[in-house]
Amino acid sequence: MALLSMQNISKTFPGVKALDRVNLDVKQGEIHAVVGENGAGKSTLMKVLSGVYPHGQYDGEIIYNGAPARFSGISDSEKQGIIIIHQELALVPQLSIAENIFLGNECAERGVINWRETNQRTEQLLKKVGLAEAPTTKVDNIGVGKQQLVEIAKALSKDVKLLILDEPTAALQENDSRKLLDLMLELKAQGVTSIIISHKLNEVRYVADSVTVIRDGMTVSKLDAKAGLSEDDIVRDMVGRDMTHRFPEHERTPGEVLMEVSDWSVWHPEHAERRVIKNASFHVRAGEVVGIAGLMGSGRTELAMSIFGRSYGRNISGTVKLKGQPIDVSTVDRAISAGISYVTEDRKALGLVLDETIRFNTTLANLDGVSSGPILKRNEETRVAERYRKALAIRTPSVFQKTVNLSGGNQQKVVLAKWLFTAPEVLILDEPTRGIDVGAKYEIYTIINDLAAEGKGVVMISSEMPELLGMCDRIYVMNEGALVGELAAGDASQERIMSLIVNE
Amino acid sequence: MELAESDTNPAQAVKTKSIGEYLSSHLRQYGLLFALIAVMAFFEVVTDGTLLRAVNVTNLLLQNSYIIIMALGMLIVIVSGNIDLSVGSVMGFIGALAAVMIVNYGMSPFLTMVLCLAVGGLIGAAQGYWVAYWKIPSFIVTLAGMLVFRGLSLWLLEGQSVGPFPKEFQVIATGFVPDLFPAGIGETLAGILGERKVNFLALATGIAAAALVVWIGLRQRAQNKAYGIEDEPKSFFIARNVIVAAALIFVMYKLSLFRGLPNVLITMGILTVIYAFITETTTVGRRIYALGGNQKAAKLSGIKTERLTFLAFTNMGVLAAAAGLVFAARLNTATPKAGFALELDVIAAVFIGGASMSGGVGTIIGAVVGAFLMGVLNNGMSIMGIGIDYQQMIKGLVLLAAVIFDVYNKNKQG
Repeated sequence: MALLSMQNISKTFPGVKALDRVNLDVKQGEIHAVVGENGAGKSTLMKVLSGVYPHGQYDGEIIYNGAPARFSGISDSEKQGIIIIHQELALVPQLSIAENIFLGNECAERGVINWRETNQRTEQLLKKVGLAEAPTTKVDNIGVGKQQLVEIAKALSKDVKLLILDEPTAALQENDSRKLLDLMLELKAQGVTSIIISHKLNEVRYVADSVTVIRDGMTVSKLDAKAGLSEDDIVRDMVGRDMTHRFPEHERTPGEVLMEVSDWSVWHPEHAERRVIKNASFHVRAGEVVGIAGLMGSGRTELAMSIFGRSYGRNISGTVKLKGQPIDVSTVDRAISAGISYVTEDRKALGLVLDETIRFNTTLANLDGVSSGPILKRNEETRVAERYRKALAIRTPSVFQKTVNLSGGNQQKVVLAKWLFTAPEVLILDEPTRGIDVGAKYEIYTIINDLAAEGKGVVMISSEMPELLGMCDRIYVMNEGALVGELAAGDASQERIMSLIVNE
Repeated sequence: MELAESDTNPAQAVKTKSIGEYLSSHLRQYGLLFALIAVMAFFEVVTDGTLLRAVNVTNLLLQNSYIIIMALGMLIVIVSGNIDLSVGSVMGFIGALAAVMIVNYGMSPFLTMVLCLAVGGLIGAAQGYWVAYWKIPSFIVTLAGMLVFRGLSLWLLEGQSVGPFPKEFQVIATGFVPDLFPAGIGETLAGILGERKVNFLALATGIAAAALVVWIGLRQRAQNKAYGIEDEPKSFFIARNVIVAAALIFVMYKLSLFRGLPNVLITMGILTVIYAFITETTTVGRRIYALGGNQKAAKLSGIKTERLTFLAFTNMGVLAAAAGLVFAARLNTATPKAGFALELDVIAAVFIGGASMSGGVGTIIGAVVGAFLMGVLNNGMSIMGIGIDYQQMIKGLVLLAAVIFDVYNKNKQG
């Protein structure tokens, strides 16, 4: 029996069709996996389902429990037992586990909280999810894995019928992930239906009864686990083309060593005793694309940001040389003028001034390039912004469009334009294709190839191993703050990278 | 590719934008101007023409001069993502300091003014230091400053009013620029217009200013056209410029019928032009907007965010000091209560002018018009004899309405 059936769901954002007649059918009592690449539309679909985008803001029909459902908001869908746990956890760190679980749903009589009941019920819930913590423990004091369990306990407290987990293991260590997946199976045995969004196919195979693959906002295929799931099939459906065509062709002949970082060590900004980067040494040649692989939290971003004007950490030691000469990278503007650029992994929070125009953002890191003395030459600015709009194929009616209105891929191109305008020798790209659609990814790859062809050095940090394998000449592997291995393009494979991480 | 194609659709949408759509997407800028005109027209009618009498127009400018001077600095502080609650107290303190230096110690007014501006800068720097380099919320730092400088003024004046000031100090607030043109021109004009007298300098300045505004507008428009930038419809451009130019000439004409150009108007006008220029066309201005719009992104773009914040507060201190001097000179005495709660009027003016509490948004011209709007409301209601109780309520509601209007507009677009 189908618990949920989403039929022909379409959703459009300014400039992007995020969902295009998507169908999703979830049977009562199963674990259903929704897989797809970043930007395929999975999260948008779940937001439609949970009422974040209320009825009327999308097209199509949702049949839930045998009746058409038109949710007006999250609280509406929650009342009917649909509970979503987002990638970014929605807990209040300053409150206790019990307070978080019953937030908005307190065990109270006329506004007065019954703490005994609250704590007792919390204990039962925590037992159910297998978390051995006191109900009064502050959420701030437990790890991300345990916080995830608190979220699930919170969902259980609300009499959940359909539990949605959006990339639940993205931030978890291997054994925490396993625990979480086992818990999902256990909940299934108790009759809870779940949807898991993931692109870790081994996890999908472990828990899912059926799979829906979404690509570019469309349902591509529905697979049944009973018939056996083949990862190759799923990957092909996800990507929509063979691996060989996902990356533009390139031929590179790296030249002299351009940038060389030696013995780089960084301590945590708050926990002074924690060393985040441990004696990292690496180099990049002119015209070379070098990858840095590693799990989330392995220190890749911290390495890059600490090099870029000490934007992360303290007690930083080590040297950076450019063309054999030591350079001063102690502040961001010094790093920029030395010839280093860093394209952040978080374009919305760290890359763009969202409420400002493309022009504003394009010139921001090199205002001197469009001014005489302290006075801006605004026509020159417009010219520069137009030049990059054309060169990077930023799809926008004009460079006076606010960047907040652009799609992820176009936003990423604006960030790239900003850094290209600083005329760097070395570009450090941190997750340059995160959360953008497949077509835009291809264009970003093309830009990277062009940069290498111009003789720039490119350092590419990415969590997507196929991307590193498809783009890089060499790959460094990072684990727990140290560079634990280096592989030439010909020798590298996902397995070898993983084994370097695991066997450290 | 489907996604790529759907991306290009807005391009056509922009080109076919109708006048109505243009108006609704730029409602805020026009709304403020319309509101000011509407409020002035309303009071002109209900006060039987008192509002726009020459003497009252002059008064209106003098009364609001110190608010406008401080609003310039406050706009920058607010755009940078901060707030300064201390400006009223600092203004009062500097007035007190000037009074003690000039009246009690007989120092020269010029030296006093220079020293007072420097002290204002130091006060701003001291507060900015904690905000910028220690990351202490500006609300708290300047709340503390508000109390400290309120207390310091009391202490400095020993609870008494100190005055009066010598003439050469008073002129900065109450003086007028003498008519530089031969008296004959003014007299001839007065004869033609049927007025008692006409200050030709004031009238000529008004005409020149109006011509300048129109010329800058035309030049900008020509440039926009050359670069294919979306611009306001021609009818709007003409209407807006005619209104602004006419208003400038009208106000100056009124001034010319009374005593001519007030000194403080010259100060105010020059400062407004300078700050509008800084915020719109200099790298420093651009960086302040980036700082307020997204501090982290600004920092990662090589902008020295701490130093900018520090400078914004230092600048605010200097302007608060300037306002303090003008205020003291206007009242011809320094009182312990001077500047009390004035920071709220200044902040209200900036928000009415379209600045955003979260930073990164706002214009100098908006802040100045916002201050005038508040000023006209004050003045008009006073002429009507409306009690201070109702005045406060109405001003509060106007502020709320302006901000609701902002949020409504933003939601509608977003």
